[in-house]
Amino acid sequence: MKQTAKIIPCYAADTSGVCAALYELGGMVAVHDASGVNSTYATHDEPRWETVQSMIYVSGLTELDAILGNDEKFIADVAAAAADQKPAFIAVCGSPMPMMIGVDFDAVAMEIEQRSGIRTFPLHTNGMHSYSEGASEALLAIAEAYVLPQTERIPDGVNILGALPLDFGNPQEINSIRTWLGENGFSVISCFAMGDSLDTLAQAGKAQVNLAVSYSGLAAAEYLYNCFGIPYVCGVPVGTAFSQEIAAALRDAIENGQPAFPCTIRGGSGRKIAVIGENIIGGSIAAELADLGYDAKLICPLPHAENLLAAGDSDAAAEEEIEQALAEMQPDLVIADPLYRFILPKTAKHLELPHYAFSGRCFETKMQNLIGARFDKWMQNQKDKEGTS
Amino acid sequence: MQQLEKPPVCRIADADPNGAFASGLEYNPPVRGMWNIVHMGMLVPEAHQVYACAQGCLRGVILTAAETNQLDRLSWISLTEEDMFNGTLESSLVEGVSEIIEKLGFHPPMIPLFLSCMHLFAGCDFDGVLDDLSARYPDITFVDCYMTPTMRTTITPVAQCSRQLYMGLKPLPVNPQSVNLIGCDRPTDENAELVSIIRNAGLTLRDLPLCKTYDEYLKMAESKLNIAYLPTAHAALDALEEKLGIPQLYLPARFDFDGLRDNYRLLCDTLGLPLPDLTADEQAADAALRNAKQIIGEMTVAIDYTAVTRPFELAKLLCSYGFQVKHIIADAAGEDADAFAWLQKHHPDIQLWSPTNVNMLHQHEQADEPVLAVGQKAAYYFATDRFVNFVVNGGYYGFAGIRAVAELMQDAFLNPKDRRPLLRHKGYGCDSCLLA
Repeated sequence: MKQTAKIIPCYAADTSGVCAALYELGGMVAVHDASGVNSTYATHDEPRWETVQSMIYVSGLTELDAILGNDEKFIADVAAAAADQKPAFIAVCGSPMPMMIGVDFDAVAMEIEQRSGIRTFPLHTNGMHSYSEGASEALLAIAEAYVLPQTERIPDGVNILGALPLDFGNPQEINSIRTWLGENGFSVISCFAMGDSLDTLAQAGKAQVNLAVSYSGLAAAEYLYNCFGIPYVCGVPVGTAFSQEIAAALRDAIENGQPAFPCTIRGGSGRKIAVIGENIIGGSIAAELADLGYDAKLICPLPHAENLLAAGDSDAAAEEEIEQALAEMQPDLVIADPLYRFILPKTAKHLELPHYAFSGRCFETKMQNLIGARFDKWMQNQKDKEGTS
Repeated sequence: MQQLEKPPVCRIADADPNGAFASGLEYNPPVRGMWNIVHMGMLVPEAHQVYACAQGCLRGVILTAAETNQLDRLSWISLTEEDMFNGTLESSLVEGVSEIIEKLGFHPPMIPLFLSCMHLFAGCDFDGVLDDLSARYPDITFVDCYMTPTMRTTITPVAQCSRQLYMGLKPLPVNPQSVNLIGCDRPTDENAELVSIIRNAGLTLRDLPLCKTYDEYLKMAESKLNIAYLPTAHAALDALEEKLGIPQLYLPARFDFDGLRDNYRLLCDTLGLPLPDLTADEQAADAALRNAKQIIGEMTVAIDYTAVTRPFELAKLLCSYGFQVKHIIADAAGEDADAFAWLQKHHPDIQLWSPTNVNMLHQHEQADEPVLAVGQKAAYYFATDRFVNFVVNGGYYGFAGIRAVAELMQDAFLNPKDRRPLLRHKGYGCDSCLLA
């Protein structure tokens, strides 16, 4: 067993990551599953579900079709739905049962593409991994399929990579990143994948640099770096000081063509703070806290790149491991989703930072927008509450 | 107009009662009132649920508990690919559950342990797991439960869960003064004649949603009769008859006056009671329907299968009082076949809608006339704030139930309500942090 938990939730799964990444692009996502994975996504992992419609469907796999290995039904059903709905593309992905019976999604996708005449991607989820892995594969697939080589770059053009409501639960946060980029002299070419169409994403090759704002965008960033020579910067512009470092890193990357990882900056010696969260977002918060003089560390229970964890950070994932990591760090303050409250050390204060991928809708009205100086104000509020400096 | 490969709607006259729509990919509308197995598991007082399954499946059950503010009553074990193939499936389960128990710091009286489709397909020896756990923790009753939607065509998760939750009961001497209601997810309306007949006879009516302690739950084993009125309770009735020898009586939730009279006659015969005069109850139901019709007038009515267990019988009843029932959202007739056939003959143009067809994705944007909806899915798909908000009959039953539905329809017509916060509330009637 990978994980046992007495009380804290698990993060959203890979299937949800796929659906979230492709939600706004006009494609159809067919999740091969009985029902549970898709209803979980629609209910708990997708804040857009109630307001913006998207072609996210489930196959309704049955016992008989599973035992008999009846892939034909899935293929025919997807092709029929595509004929009715006319999506821009089709993505097929799996859940635990297709993994158990060995569904070959590569072959299934080829078959569907032949029948429907619509570009079809296989995405290799099984409901047993994190949302960021599913989203990462989906965004990479979009980049590979649609981003066109460009002869000219737009000066200071930037793509935002890895934008999902699962990580940016405040609906304004990605817009704030766009605004912040504009204020710092950059032009947003595209955002993978909130707020832009597939046609806009196809123009991503015009950018001079990519800003990977979550692990979900990292694979696409590496692809665009390797194939198009577009360097990338890993970080989210939280806080006045750190956002200036991000802006500088973007300019440096345009200049020298090399990736940069400012989200790994640590080094403060003041109050001990533990941040529990996503690799690049949580790392950026820890980096900003370091800029403010705090001794901040990241606990990242999610998939991460080894080079995006700083010395002293932790990759504890299971409930007990996180408790152990916290015990070793002995933080005075923990910045984490409210549902981590059950396992935090009694000696530590808890600054609640709801994370949609963890607590879903439970704290949807308390999702923070911490871009730029908002983070400083948020921290100041915490200090004011505590009466500390 | 585009000819769809799989149309989501048809005339009821043209529909097959065993399955009106071709199966295909399914759409999941943002309507969350129906209970799932987590909500049901919470009905057993003091029990602590444990789920062992993949992350994608766990997420939904954990957040169900979180949204109902009961996260402390559920724990979980996450499966990986390796667990399926390395031969430790059973031992890992035993160790995982043991670890959870040790971390809880107390022994709950009952642990419903939910396995997944993966366990069944991997051939998990669930009996062995339960035996090992029972040997380690003899003071805890471990009950095998299942989150196996892949097997839903054999038995639905709700019916299966409803059955298993009673498997913690242990034989007791029969108490001739006690009867059970089985399979209910909420208390039955105290105005229902079913309830009053039992209570007025001096009998104790036991019902899982009424149990406040685990001991009260255990007392259900002493009842002399198990009564159910929901179709999902059949498996529980059968299992309890086999395990505890308690005879069963199924009195379906009817929207038919004759059918209800038959039910009450059967109830009283079984309990050895005189059939009370229910004329006043019948007349009250009749008056409520007439009154509602007078107020609602010719407004189109839509009914969905999540609201009532017999949507076609309700439609038949409403049509016979002159209501303009034009839409029913349901896949098949189920135990409602007679009413389905009646509607096919007498109201052939009623439109039957698929609840999950992919082409329902934009249906809610296409509602072109005011609609009074009975049920959440009908409210969503026909984009109306005039709707009766309940699921699975809402605990209503009998002539009093018909009266209540008529009054609720009248209220829905007169007092539109913002449907969005109501439809997104997961588990109708449960506590929800979304309402805080």
